Amino acid sequence: MSMTRDTKVTYGLLALFGIFGPILFPDYTLSIAYLWMMVLMASTWDTLGGQMGYNSLGNITFFGVGMYVSAIVQVSFFYEGGVAEYTSAMGSIKPEFTPAEYFWGLGLGILAAGVVGLVLSVIFSSFMFGLRGPYFAIGSLGLAIAVAEVTITIDYVGGASGISMPLFPGDIEFRSTFFYILCFVLTIISHFLLRWLYSTQFGLAINAIRDDEDKAEAMGIPTLAYKRIGWAIPAFFMGCIGAVAGNMAGFIDKEVAYPIPTFGIFMVAMALLGGKGTLWGPVLGAIIFHVIKEATWTYLLNLQWVALGLILIINIVYFQQGIMGWLQTKYPERFGIVVDTSTVTDADGKEAA
Amino acid sequence: MSDPIIKVEGVSKSYGGVKANVDITMGVERGSITGIIGPNGCGKTTLFNSIVGYHPIDSGSIQFDGQEISHLLVGDIARLGMLRTFQQTRIYGKMNCVDNMQISVSHRGDSKFSMFASRKGEIKDRAEHLLEFVGLYSKRNLISGDLSFGQQKLLEFAMALMNEPKVLLLDEPTAGINPTLINGLIDRLRRANEELGITLCVIEHNMRVIMNLASHIYCLANGRMLANGTPEELQNDQRVIDAYLGGH
Repeated sequence: MSMTRDTKVTYGLLALFGIFGPILFPDYTLSIAYLWMMVLMASTWDTLGGQMGYNSLGNITFFGVGMYVSAIVQVSFFYEGGVAEYTSAMGSIKPEFTPAEYFWGLGLGILAAGVVGLVLSVIFSSFMFGLRGPYFAIGSLGLAIAVAEVTITIDYVGGASGISMPLFPGDIEFRSTFFYILCFVLTIISHFLLRWLYSTQFGLAINAIRDDEDKAEAMGIPTLAYKRIGWAIPAFFMGCIGAVAGNMAGFIDKEVAYPIPTFGIFMVAMALLGGKGTLWGPVLGAIIFHVIKEATWTYLLNLQWVALGLILIINIVYFQQGIMGWLQTKYPERFGIVVDTSTVTDADGKEAA
Repeated sequence: MSDPIIKVEGVSKSYGGVKANVDITMGVERGSITGIIGPNGCGKTTLFNSIVGYHPIDSGSIQFDGQEISHLLVGDIARLGMLRTFQQTRIYGKMNCVDNMQISVSHRGDSKFSMFASRKGEIKDRAEHLLEFVGLYSKRNLISGDLSFGQQKLLEFAMALMNEPKVLLLDEPTAGINPTLINGLIDRLRRANEELGITLCVIEHNMRVIMNLASHIYCLANGRMLANGTPEELQNDQRVIDAYLGGH
C-alpha cells in the first residue's frame, strides 16, 4: 500500500480533524460522530454498488438487524430476567449495569451485530444474486422493508413499541466522546480494509464483475464467491455501526433501526455525489453531504429536503461520475491515469488496428 | 483421430422451432489448430456455446480431456482449462489493459487466499509480457474501453492466453480487424499454438485465414455437419462450395 504525497496529506488532515474536531467543538461531537458513520456507510455501500456494480438499496437491513442483535446481547448477557421480560416492561425496567458489564455487553453486542449481519448477507446472497441491475436494486429494497416489517412482529424484541437501550454508565460528555471514538475507529478500520482489498486481485475481480459479469464467468472467475464476499463486508460493518447507532440513540424501534428513506438512500446519494467506484469518492461525498445536511437543518429548516433534493439533481444531471470521477477526467495525470496522446503506432512502427 | 481433447458426439440443440445444431459429431485433436466454417446462421456459434456450457444441450455428449462436460456450467468448464473468446469482443471496459490482464489469471486449483493475492510481481510481469506479444505494450495503461475495436480484440486474445488454457475457442478472431494486421494475428495464433502449446479451435469466415491456419476443418450448413477434412479437401468439396454460393 504505497501512498502518494497527496494521500498522506489527506490522511493527516482527516486524522487532525478526527482527533481535534470534538476537542475544539465539543458541542458538535455527536454530529461529527454521525459524519464518520456516514463515511462508513457510503464507503461500504460502494464496495457492492460502485466497485461491483450491484446497486443495493437494502444495506440498511444489516444496520437495523445489527441494532437489534446488539440490544439482545447487551440485555441478555447481564440482565437475569431475560430479554422478553425486559422488553415487555417497555422501558420501565432500568437495570443498573456496572461499567464493566455495560462495556463488555456493548463490545460483544457490536461484534455479534457484525457477525449476524455477515451471516444474513450470505443467506441473502444465495437467492439475491440471481438478480441483476434494477431487479437487484428493487429486490434488496424489498428485503429491507420485509425485514423491518418482520422485526416489529417479534414480541421478544419489543414488537412495535421498541426497546430502551441500557443506560450508559457515565456522564453525558464521556458518553458522547465514547461513542464518537467507536464511530471514528470503526470507520478507520473499514476504510483501510477496503483500501487493502481494492489493491488485491479481489478489487480487480469485483471491477470485472461490474464491467462484464458474463465475461468474468467465461474466464473462470468464481463470481458468486466474490459477490458473496463483496456483500458480506458491507454487511459486517453495517451491523457493527448499527449496534453503535442504537446505543447512541438510546431507544430503538422500526424507525430508528431501518431508516430506509434517510440513511438507506443517503448512503447511495453520498457515494454518487463523491464518485462511485473510487476509494475516496464516498468519503468526500459523505463529508460534503453531511455538512450541507447539518447546515440546511440549522439555517434552512423546512427547506432542508428541497436543498438536499437540489444537490442530488445537480449531481445526477451534471456530474454523473461524481466529484472524484469528474476530477479524474479533468486531471487524469494526478490520479495516475494514462491518456493516449500518441498516434496509433506500436513501438516497432507497425500500425495498430 | 488419435488423441482428441474435445469430443463432440451426436449433439443437438434447438431454440424453440429452430434446429440450430442437429446430430453434430466432431473432434479437436490435442495440440492442433482446428477450424469451423459455414455460412451465416449455420450453427457455428451455437456449437461453441454448447461446448463451453452456455446452454444445456438437447441430446448428445461433449467430452473435454476425457471428462463429460455437457452438464457443467460456463465457469466450471473455464476452470477445467477451456476458454472462449466472443464474436462481439468482450473485455472489462472501465479497467486499464494491465488490470484486464491481471484478473485473467487462471483459476484452476485456486486456494481461498488467492482471491486476496497482491497484484505485483510475477502476475504483472506476465501480463506485460503478453501485452507485448500482441503488440499492445505501449497501450498497457490505457482504459481498455478507449481502445479501437481491433485493439480490444487483441486484448481479449491476450487475456485468454493469460489464463493459460489447454484449449482456446476463438469466435471469428479476425472479424473487424484491419487487413494489414490479420497476418500479424495469424502469426500470433500460430505461435500461441506452437510455443505455448494451446490447442485452438477457430470459427472463421475469412477463407484465406482459415485455410492457412487450420490443419483440419469442419464445415457446417443448416445446423448439420456437412463435411470435414484438410483445407485442400474442403476447398475441392463441391458440397462446401455449393453451401457458400447459396446452394441452400
